[in-house]
Amino acid sequence: MAEATGGGVAKRFLYVNRKAPYGTIYGLESLEVVLIGAAFEQDVSLAFLGDGVYQLTKGQDTKGLEVKNFSPAFRALEDYDVTKLYVEERSLQVRGLTASDLVVPVQVVSAERMAEIMEGQDVILSF
Amino acid sequence: MLHTVNKSPFDNSTLETCLRFARQGSAVLLIEDGVYAAARDTAVSKQVQEALTSVSIYALKPDVEARGMQNRVMDGVRLVDYGGFVDLVVEHNAVQSWL
Repeated sequence: MAEATGGGVAKRFLYVNRKAPYGTIYGLESLEVVLIGAAFEQDVSLAFLGDGVYQLTKGQDTKGLEVKNFSPAFRALEDYDVTKLYVEERSLQVRGLTASDLVVPVQVVSAERMAEIMEGQDVILSF
Repeated sequence: MLHTVNKSPFDNSTLETCLRFARQGSAVLLIEDGVYAAARDTAVSKQVQEALTSVSIYALKPDVEARGMQNRVMDGVRLVDYGGFVDLVVEHNAVQSWL
């Protein structure tokens, strides 16, 4: 499944995000690991399911919590050639959200399509 | 009694359990990921609206703002700052922190 590139072998990495930001450290840690994968020129995709979709909501303002607002970093992923962001449709719907409520362009996909995307990976890291 | 809920209602049954045990006239303060329950037009907003007929529901504003939910809070849920949190604790005879 892995493809050979000029510098070596690139594998398909999927990072699955299922936690809301700030309540736990998972979201921030996931993003750190995503950037590491991207730095090693791997084929990186991100999936957002369940409360993970909340990581991408617009309007986050963490001044009152005195913690880092990491949502702008999703906009920088494009600079690392990370452009495959998949959001499961039902996860948005039950939370009253649409793609326009999110800080970056994403592909909104069905659970069935998300399962196919998962099936096509070499490595899956779940947060 | 003041109840606090710090878990997302979509990920955990804490809010549902709290609301089953919150008696008429008590207060529920949503904090941390619990504030997502305060949003309009979600799969749990009807449950929260029904609860509002018998209990007072508050959400901690810094947690609401951190999560970008400040423009989505449903009518009837009141926002409080940290000082307001302290006032709620003082006003009630006991605090139950649902974890």
